[in-house]
Amino acid sequence: MATAIEFNHVSKLYRLGLVSTGTFREDIKRWWITSVQKKEDPYLTIGETNDRGTKGESNFVWALRDIDFKVEQGDVVGIIGKNGAGKSTLLKLLSRITSPTTGDIRAKGRIASLLEVGTGMHPEMTGRENIFLNGAILGMTKAEITRKLDEIIDFSGCERYIDTPVKRYSSGMRVRLGFAVAAHLDPDILVVDEVLAVGDAEFQKKAIGKMQTISKGEGRTVLFVSHNMDSVRSLCRSGVVLKNGTVEFMGTATDSIDFYLEANTEHEDIAIPELTREPGVTGQARITDLQYLNPTDDTPTYPYTGRALKIRIHYEIENLIESFASNCYISIGVNDDRNMSLMSFASYLKYSNFNMHKGSHYADLIIPHLPLTAGKYKLSVLINVNKYAGDFIRSKIPMEVLDDDFFHVGGHSMPTHVSGHIVLAEHCWCIDGKELEY
Amino acid sequence: MAKNNNGEWTTIIRPKESIWSLNMKELWDYRDLCSLFIRRDITTMFKQTVLGPLWFIIQPTMTVLLYTVVFGNIAKIPTDGLPQPLFYLAGVSLWGYFSGCLGKARGTFAGNANLFGKVYFPRLIVPISGLVTGLLNFGIQLALFFIVYGVYIYWQLPGYEYLNINAYALLFPLYVVMLAGLGLGFGIIFSSFSTKYRDISLLLNYVTSLWMYATPIIYPLSTVTNPTLKFIMQINPVTSIFEGFKYGFLGAGEFSWNWLGYSFIVMVVLLLFGVIVFNQKQRNFMDTV
Repeated sequence: MATAIEFNHVSKLYRLGLVSTGTFREDIKRWWITSVQKKEDPYLTIGETNDRGTKGESNFVWALRDIDFKVEQGDVVGIIGKNGAGKSTLLKLLSRITSPTTGDIRAKGRIASLLEVGTGMHPEMTGRENIFLNGAILGMTKAEITRKLDEIIDFSGCERYIDTPVKRYSSGMRVRLGFAVAAHLDPDILVVDEVLAVGDAEFQKKAIGKMQTISKGEGRTVLFVSHNMDSVRSLCRSGVVLKNGTVEFMGTATDSIDFYLEANTEHEDIAIPELTREPGVTGQARITDLQYLNPTDDTPTYPYTGRALKIRIHYEIENLIESFASNCYISIGVNDDRNMSLMSFASYLKYSNFNMHKGSHYADLIIPHLPLTAGKYKLSVLINVNKYAGDFIRSKIPMEVLDDDFFHVGGHSMPTHVSGHIVLAEHCWCIDGKELEY
Repeated sequence: MAKNNNGEWTTIIRPKESIWSLNMKELWDYRDLCSLFIRRDITTMFKQTVLGPLWFIIQPTMTVLLYTVVFGNIAKIPTDGLPQPLFYLAGVSLWGYFSGCLGKARGTFAGNANLFGKVYFPRLIVPISGLVTGLLNFGIQLALFFIVYGVYIYWQLPGYEYLNINAYALLFPLYVVMLAGLGLGFGIIFSSFSTKYRDISLLLNYVTSLWMYATPIIYPLSTVTNPTLKFIMQINPVTSIFEGFKYGFLGAGEFSWNWLGYSFIVMVVLLLFGVIVFNQKQRNFMDTV
C-alpha cells in the first residue's frame, strides 16, 4: 500500500492570552532575533505541553508536538482524544487553514476538508445557487457541480425547496444540503470533523452510510475526527489517539477506542479486604479479590457492552468445624449507580448448591454478552456457607462498563447509554413475519 | 486535480513558503469560485430593497448635488470652467470604484474570518472578485455620467462649449486597470497588517477619508498653485488617473505621461509587495485574527 499522507515531526505553537501592547513588544523582539540576528526563535523552546487543567509558566503552548505518522492510501483513520488534545488543530493543518510551526505534511492527491457543512452558504440565495457556491468553495469546478447537480439535490432531499432562499430553510435542511454537496466531492483524501453530530437520526444514518461508501470504494483515504465512538467504530479501520498534542496510541480502530476509553477511566483499585461487610456475616468465607478478565485468555480487561466477561472472585474458607461445608452457593448482584438492583448471578438459579473446602479458591462467573450499557455500576458479592452468609459485600465493588456495539450493526444505532436504558438483550423485530433490515 | 500515481507528493504543507511562491495555477483552478463570489455579491446586493439597483444612481446623484451646492456654489471652488455636475460626477465615480476596491480588499481577512477558518482556497480570490463586483457599480455611474454629458451637449446647457472629448479618452481601460490595481494593492497590504493589530484598520478609516481630499475630485489640480503642495498631490498615485480621465473626456485637466508612468510603477510595486505579504499572512492569519 502506498502512503497517502505523511506527517513529519509536525508541531504547532499557539500563543495564549490577549493581543496587546505586550504582544507587540514580544513580536518586535522575536522579529529582531529571527530576522536581524538570524538566530532561532527563542519562543519555540519555551512552549509547554498543552494541558488545559494546569496553569502554565509561559504564554506559549504546543497544541501539537512532534506528530509523526503515516496514513496508508485507502485507510480510514479515526482521530480520537479529549477536548483540547489537538484533533482540530491537526485537521486545520491538513486543511491548510493554518500552517505548522515546524515539520511538514506531505499528501498525495486532492484534499477536501469538511470541518463544517454548508460553509459559505449565503442565506439570501436559493438552494440551487448555494450548491454551486458551496461546491466551489470546497474546490469543485462549475462543470463538476453541474454534472452532479441532480444527484446532490436528490441526496439532500430538499427538492421542493431548491429554488427557495436558504434563509427559509430549517437548520436541519441546511445541514442536509451542505452534506449533500460535500458527499459528492470525490476527493482523494477526505478530512472530516464531527459534522455527523448534527441532524436527526435519519440523516445521521444516511451520512454514515455515505461515508462508508466513500471510504470503501476506490481506495479513498479518510481522516475522521469524532467524539462519537460508535461512528468511529463503524467507519474507521485504524485509529490514532491524541493526548495533550502528542500521539499516544496508533493501531486498529477498535484497539484505539479501547485504549482511549481505558485511559479515560479512573482506575479504582478494588481493595476488597477493606470494604465493610454486611452485619451478621459469619466470617467463614473471606472474599480477598475480584478481577475482570477476558474469558479467552484470562488477561485483565475492562467490561465492555456486549463483549464476553469473566468475573473472578478469590476467596478463602476458614473456621469450619469440619474440613468442608455443604450447601454453599455464591452470588453476584449488579446495581446501577442509583443503587437500583438490576440483575443477579446467583449460582443457585442454575446450579445445585455445592460443598466448599478449607483454603484459598477462586470462582469464575462467565457472561458471554455483557448486557449492560456503558456506565458505572456497583457489584454485590455473597458467599453463602451452609445457610449462613459467610461473607457479604453489598453494592460496594465498582464496575465501569465501557461502550461497544452490542448488536454488531455498526455505529448507526444510537449510542445505547445515551438513550437512558441500562440493560440490553438480543432480539428480533419482524413486520408481517419478515425481519426488518439493519 | 488528476490522481497522481507516480509516487510524487502533490501537496506539501510547510511552516514557511518562499516569498515568491504565489501559485498562479492554483488561482486559475479556482476561477469558478471567483465568478461565483461575483455572482453572489451582485445578486445579494439589493435583496429585499424596493429601489434595487436604482441605489447605484441615487447615491452618486445625491453626492453630486451636495458637492454642487457646497463646493461649487457656496465655497465657489472652480472646476476648470467645466459644468459642475459633470466634473463632480467624473470624480465621484472614479473615487467610488477605487475606494470600493480598496475597501473590499481591506476587509478580506476581517470580513471572512469565519469562512477562512473552515475551508482552504486561495484567499486572494476574495479581493479579486471584489474588483469585478465594483465594476458593476462603476459602469452604471459612468452610464449616468455619459447621459448627463449627452444632455449638456444636446441642449447646449451652460458650460457645454468647454466639453471636449479627445483621443486621450482611449486610455480609459488603462485607468480602470490602474484604479483596480492600486486599490487591490493598498487593500491587501493593509488587510495583511491589520490581522493581528486592529489599530491599522482604525487608522485606515481615517486615512481613506483624508485621501479623498488629497485627490482632485472636488477641485482640479490646476487650482493648486503652491509648487510643494502640487508635488505632494502628484505623489498621490491616483491623482494622475483622475486628471487623465478628465482631460480625455472633458477636455480639461493636467495630463502627464510622466506622472501616469509613475502611478503605473507604484501600482506594480504595490501589487508585488502586497501579494507577497498577503501570501505570508494568509497561512497563519487564523491564529491571530
